Amino acid sequence: MKTTGSTFRFRTLAMTAALGGACLGMLAPEASAQESRRRRGGAEAAKPVELTAEHVGLLTKIADERRLNVDDLLAAAKTFMPSGRHDEYVLFSSGGQSGQVFAIGVPSMRLLRSIAVFTPESWQGYGFSGDNDHVAESLKIMGKPVLWGDTHHPALSETGGEYDGEWLFIGDKANARVAVIDLRDWETKQIVKNPLTISDHGAAFVTPDTEYIVEGGQYATVLGYGYAPPEQYKEAYRGMVTLWKFDRVKGRIDEARSFALELPPYWQDLADAGKRASDGFIFINSFNAEMAAGGVERGEPPFEAGASKRDMDYLHIIDWRKAEAAFKAGKAKAINGFPVIMLETSVAEGLLHFAPEPKSPHGVDITPNGQFIIVAGKLDPHVTVYSIDRVKRAIAEKKFSGQDAYGVPILDFDAVKEVQVELGLGPLHTQFDDKGYAYTSLFLDSAVARWTLGGEYESLNSDRPWKLVQKTPVQYNIGHLSAAEGDTVSPDGRYLISMSKWSVDRFLPTGPLLPQNFQLLDISQPGATMPVIYDMPLGVGEPHYCQMIKADKLKTWKVYPEVGWNPHTQRLDPNAPRQGQEGVTRSGDHVLVNMTAVRSHFHPEHVEVNEGDTVTWRITAVETAQDATHGFCIGAYNINLSLEPGEFAEFTFVADKPGTYPFYCTEFCSALHLEMMGYFHVKPKAVSATDADEASGAVVAR
Amino acid sequence: MSRLLAAIVGPRVPEDELRARRARYLAPTLTLMLARLLLLVSVFLPYWHMELVAPQYPNGLFLTAHVSHLSGDVREIDGLNHYIGMRPLGEAAAFERAAAVWAILAMFLLVEGAAFVHSRWATLLALPAATFPIAFLVDLHLWMRTFGLNLDPDAPLSSSVKPFVPTVIGEGGIGQFRTFADLGVGFWLAAASSALTIVGFYFHRRAYRPLTLRAGAERTGRAA
Ligand SMILES: [Cu+2]
Repeated sequence: MKTTGSTFRFRTLAMTAALGGACLGMLAPEASAQESRRRRGGAEAAKPVELTAEHVGLLTKIADERRLNVDDLLAAAKTFMPSGRHDEYVLFSSGGQSGQVFAIGVPSMRLLRSIAVFTPESWQGYGFSGDNDHVAESLKIMGKPVLWGDTHHPALSETGGEYDGEWLFIGDKANARVAVIDLRDWETKQIVKNPLTISDHGAAFVTPDTEYIVEGGQYATVLGYGYAPPEQYKEAYRGMVTLWKFDRVKGRIDEARSFALELPPYWQDLADAGKRASDGFIFINSFNAEMAAGGVERGEPPFEAGASKRDMDYLHIIDWRKAEAAFKAGKAKAINGFPVIMLETSVAEGLLHFAPEPKSPHGVDITPNGQFIIVAGKLDPHVTVYSIDRVKRAIAEKKFSGQDAYGVPILDFDAVKEVQVELGLGPLHTQFDDKGYAYTSLFLDSAVARWTLGGEYESLNSDRPWKLVQKTPVQYNIGHLSAAEGDTVSPDGRYLISMSKWSVDRFLPTGPLLPQNFQLLDISQPGATMPVIYDMPLGVGEPHYCQMIKADKLKTWKVYPEVGWNPHTQRLDPNAPRQGQEGVTRSGDHVLVNMTAVRSHFHPEHVEVNEGDTVTWRITAVETAQDATHGFCIGAYNINLSLEPGEFAEFTFVADKPGTYPFYCTEFCSALHLEMMGYFHVKPKAVSATDADEASGAVVAR
Repeated sequence: MSRLLAAIVGPRVPEDELRARRARYLAPTLTLMLARLLLLVSVFLPYWHMELVAPQYPNGLFLTAHVSHLSGDVREIDGLNHYIGMRPLGEAAAFERAAAVWAILAMFLLVEGAAFVHSRWATLLALPAATFPIAFLVDLHLWMRTFGLNLDPDAPLSSSVKPFVPTVIGEGGIGQFRTFADLGVGFWLAAASSALTIVGFYFHRRAYRPLTLRAGAERTGRAA
């Protein structure tokens, strides 16, 4: 390396001498920047593997001892990541009831980190910032804290139908909320609560340029959190789909430019936005077209029977561009202050059509070219494939087989259906690869089905179109699956995740509550070869959907761009204390603490207030080195922050508990981490009244 | 007075002599012009680099010294140095860094002036520019030595890191760090400028010394 350095220097020198002149001065910054990026201990170049007889012997011995077969050894070779080597893909997974998002590296299946979204999370200091914490505020529903969420479907932002690696959205089924995560710092920036419905399911899905984030509902209610007895189900209960407008520049959902469509009280299920050939449409499955109102306690059939009586439910086909135009033309009505395009408007404007679909379907997924809409049967062994050309023609030619109770036209099934493919029991969700295959999860069969697409995909493999090719067993009860960029306009193939909901015997027993099983399948070979190559236990919630993005698309920050950065506003905060500005000031009974944190001390180290004071505490982590993270906690006051390099944080609370509270750094930041502490002194009212002026070593607020 | 000035500035070259032996008189002028230019350009380029490598800094830390300022991971290095009780780098050579650009401008002008002085005094004017690179290195070494040897005895790591003299060029080590220091493009330009100044003055003396001698002889002749 030293030689390279000096060669470079001499070359530069020669060039310098040759060029001479003032232009050199302009070249200088570039040259020096290059020089400073020079590395001495570069990564070792990969050498071709040569297995000697001795190696083979050793491998055989290990394999025998550990009872591994050749497939196991190959699976290990495909997934093992040597220390320091980075995964090729990042899987952003819903965290189910944990209310979080998990990021997992593929193919190693190593959990990289969690991202707190709907649930306070102490490591990230998410929701532990005192009384007016903006996180805690964002977690309130109707003024009261709701401290968990049921994260279901993550959606990476898209440009032209491709993941662009900038934003991640995720829906909370339990509370009908959608969150916005900034993938520069992997932190939640916004949570919006749907003003119409209590719970949802079809969130989040994005339109091809992330114009809108789709939040489809699930259980019909009276829109706007209203009340009506179950006897008035058909008249008063309604479904809905909300189109949240995303403002990329602000990095926020713009609630003022968002709107919803009222839908019949069928239970809307999964959704997907059309792309390419089907761009401009949103597709939403539904079940309970029966409009069963349940009531097992009154001798009525339970929902599970009542809602699955009919042979057909309705695939909702929504022309969102037309709906947007209707909204902008003022054709929406306000419910709970939120604009809703009512059903009669949708019917009159031709915004909504239904296509019959086999009963109680689950996933609706669009092929990469946007041509085919694939509906999985759940209670039907087929997937039903619709073609967008047929749908468009049927709408244009008004090929209706009737209309539903609310006047929504129902397209003729045979006119819009391309084909039905029998795959097995319990088909739920479908993903795609780059070789003309579709992959469908079979919940009851506990298998992943690989099958062939037709149309332009026919030529991509040697298998006949619209046929089941392979079923790989997974363990067990697969829900969603996710192929590498497998729901975009250009899937990568290669890897597929089976999100198996039951693990039963796959891992050591962990009490009656068992982890989920994320299984990695190698889908790089065509035909029947599609082995499971890794089982990853995930014992932190029951995830639903996940998306797998090529890691190099992410533009993740290594540290915050500047010291004093406010991650909430994503800019330098004018209130961030800089070094030299530390101190404690009082105005009335309000105390302002300006603090800096740097390895390995807080400044100031003693903060003294009077019982009952309102304390606003500002801390800047004066660090620029990667991973030089500090924490800050005050025990008994429920305060804990994560202060990542450069980060500024502020919190306010009432010092209502007198006493002496050590505060300390909660991240092992340095050799003197344990010394990185201080004392927060809260003088009891009686004492502070008598000796308020007594001198002490502490920084007393005056 | 004007006599003294004339003695310092030295004799002018007669027109016919200049025409007859153009190269002889042009050589020092051009060489010194290039020397001045290189010295000036070096202000914009780094004189010295140090890279520090430790297990927890796999991408290394960098320190770059220009004549007028320090850049790179100064904050991080200062942060680490406080554990061993070393003073912040910004306190080192503050005067030198503040004066450097002016000093180089002055050297530039001195060499400029020297080109017009045809007496032996010219050598004196060129001396600062010729010795500047050496002076830079010596100064750097002395500051590092001062900083390394005067660690705060109460620093957290004073029991495991004893006072030391950091390595100015080449490989060194302190604590868990290996240090690699070398000279930058700016330094090499200054060194080249120094070399050209010396060469230039060789040409300079070769061209003008005979004139000075002749002028001296003429003066003595007239006086006699
Ligand atoms: Cu710390």
